[in-house]
Amino acid sequence: MSLTAQAPSEKITFRKRFANSGFARMLRYVLVRVSTLFITVVVGIYLTILIANMGGFVDQIIRGEIRDGITQSIAANPAYQQLDTDQRKTLIEERIALEEKRRGLDTPIAVRNFKFLTSALQLDLGRAFNMTSDSGSKQVKLILLERLPATLLLMGTSQLFLFFSSLFIALNLSRHYGSFWDKVIIALSPSSAVPPWFYGIFMILIFASGLKALPFGGMVDSPPPANTIDYAANVMKHLVLPGFSLVISSFFLSVYNYRTFFLIYSSEDYVDMARAKGLHAKDIERRYILRPTLPNIITNFSLLIINLWTGALFTETVFLWPGLGRTAFQAIGLYDTPIIVGSAVIYAYLLAITVFLLNFIYALVDPRVKIGE
Amino acid sequence: MNSLKTSFQKLMMYPSALVGLAAILLLVIVSIYTMIAIPYPEAIRLWRGGEEVWYRNPKFAAPVWVNFFSSKKYSESFAVGTADGGISKIATPGKNDVTTYNMTYEFDFDYDVYPQDMILYFDSTFKEKQPFVSVELITPDERTIRISNFAVGNSFTYRFSQDAKLRTKLRAEEVIPALFSDPATGNLMKGKYKLIVIGTTFEPDSTMDMEFVSHGQVYGLAGTDHARRDLTLPLLWGAPVALAFGLIAAIGTSLLTMIIAAVGTWYSGWVDELIQRITEVNLVLPFFALLIMIGTFYSRSIWVILSATILLSIFTGAILGYRAVFLQVKESMYVEAAKAYGASNWRIIFMYLIPRMIPLLIPGLVQAVPAFVFLEASLAVIGLGDPVLPTWGKIIQDAQANGALYKGYYYWVLEPAILLMITGLAFAVLGFALDRIFNPRLRDV
Repeated sequence: MSLTAQAPSEKITFRKRFANSGFARMLRYVLVRVSTLFITVVVGIYLTILIANMGGFVDQIIRGEIRDGITQSIAANPAYQQLDTDQRKTLIEERIALEEKRRGLDTPIAVRNFKFLTSALQLDLGRAFNMTSDSGSKQVKLILLERLPATLLLMGTSQLFLFFSSLFIALNLSRHYGSFWDKVIIALSPSSAVPPWFYGIFMILIFASGLKALPFGGMVDSPPPANTIDYAANVMKHLVLPGFSLVISSFFLSVYNYRTFFLIYSSEDYVDMARAKGLHAKDIERRYILRPTLPNIITNFSLLIINLWTGALFTETVFLWPGLGRTAFQAIGLYDTPIIVGSAVIYAYLLAITVFLLNFIYALVDPRVKIGE
Repeated sequence: MNSLKTSFQKLMMYPSALVGLAAILLLVIVSIYTMIAIPYPEAIRLWRGGEEVWYRNPKFAAPVWVNFFSSKKYSESFAVGTADGGISKIATPGKNDVTTYNMTYEFDFDYDVYPQDMILYFDSTFKEKQPFVSVELITPDERTIRISNFAVGNSFTYRFSQDAKLRTKLRAEEVIPALFSDPATGNLMKGKYKLIVIGTTFEPDSTMDMEFVSHGQVYGLAGTDHARRDLTLPLLWGAPVALAFGLIAAIGTSLLTMIIAAVGTWYSGWVDELIQRITEVNLVLPFFALLIMIGTFYSRSIWVILSATILLSIFTGAILGYRAVFLQVKESMYVEAAKAYGASNWRIIFMYLIPRMIPLLIPGLVQAVPAFVFLEASLAVIGLGDPVLPTWGKIIQDAQANGALYKGYYYWVLEPAILLMITGLAFAVLGFALDRIFNPRLRDV
């Protein structure tokens, strides 16, 4: 009797304990978080597909292009010259139907959007309508992968340099609050209201057009140098102006923000307390100022890394840099929906994964943060 | 009122902010002047106009002020006509319905470079007998060069440089340098030149008018573009367009973000949850790519782009910042009091929550303006500017498309770029100072 009465209560306490245990809490949190993030990605990608198809209008444009292309190719083909007009018309209609079927235009737009969504979410990016990679492929994946190194080179060098240099300088300035250089940075920080491509135009004007020291744009001379070392040097020469434009347009504001951020954290009471205890200035900086700012710095860094994927659309366009941003712009101009959606879906996944991982990283670096609360 | 006054006094401590404020005021005045002086339909007509509107101007002419910086003086372009009294026209009636028109124009040629071309445009009315014209040029050393004689139709154009007969007569490769040179030395001759055009009409109701146009290397205060358009028009009109776009987008975005954040925090529950989910979806959406798609597929009208910009900018990280503050305000005593006396939800949101946020709103709003001003320019530069409106971004795009930096037409890029820069920086420095005044966290750092 007593046993049977005890068992369920033990079960309940076990379940209760399990439900309150860190592991279960984390599991629940992970499930909820993953599903909300996934739904977010799905909705975002579906909206992008809808806009990229323009509610079906892009279909009409593509249909028109197909009709034009086939009619012209048949009219120009000497093999079909003897056919009478009716025969030629049926031939044209057959070819158009075939081509529309190949492009999948024979299924209704809603079904196609849904198919597109599911395959995009599985990272099956499909084939581009009009664009081809330099190696001649129409695979969206290959086109994007071909442009990725260019963007990584430009964005990677400029953004990493920007991040570490501004962090380092800001830390230095926060030690010398109110100094001359501190005031210079404060005074110059509104300069970041001007976008990078705009500085780029001035750079081109001065260094390319005026001094003729650096190239106007592109990534490498044409024809490219055969020797690998010369090739690398040539790419570096092309990298200077766009890279510098990207850095200079964010540099002062970035330094200012980090500096202010460090100053706010170094005016906390526990920092004063540490000073009063007579701790070493270096220890205070590392353990009392930098440590609590770590989550923010990690967030900024991870956002920086995923933003490498989007490239710098306007700067790449102004400098004719063959990166992902310019590719997206060209794809839009050519109504090439698969490329637009492919690029968007990868960005969405990267962002979602980063946001998800950040929750755990916060908990790791900041003991005040607990997952699932 | 008092706090406004103290805020303004604090603003006076930032000289950069005052410069920014002055620049914004100047831009507003210029915008108002422009919209009154060149009304919208007239501006569009001129901007969209082709040769028929702009034939008087040379192509790719630098502004007049480049002469200040150049050791060589480039010849200035000018256009004068009899219709508006720029050229004196003396009509002498003769026998048999014949009328002689004596049209003379004297001009100083004080430059080191020959003009590109000189052109005469004639307008006349007649029934059967075409009017006849003879043209002479008197040089500073009192030589008289007989240019040409010809009959003119209803409208007739005579280009000095294209006249093969004149070229043979002058025994020169090119007409214009030969006209403006000393025949003995071949050097350019400065001084007063006089153009004499004698027109004869042979019918009683016949009329005749003439325009004399010289295409130099420099033109006006701003120069001209590839379509001969005077750049002062888009430079002036760019100001109201940039201000309108920047301010409407910034105010619209900030206000809507704030209202939505207030509604979300006040109602909490599913409303708040929904707003946060929309914000997350919006973060996933590629902002620039969407704007470019809308520009390419739907409409490049500035109003469509503006609405899309505002819509995409409402649900951003800012909403979370406002939310955090509203959560505190929601718990404060005076909101409790309002609830107690039975104020409605909307009354609390709009009369109690939102007014508390205004001081935090203003700096962010002002700082957001440059981003939107440059967004419009960015879209214009990649070819997605409003097809109708003259804007600064459009000038830069035209210049880029025509290889201005490559060919050395620096004025074409620099003028709109500097104006954009002034506008952007003016708002940026003002917003920056306001942020330091209103944002309590920055008060001491």
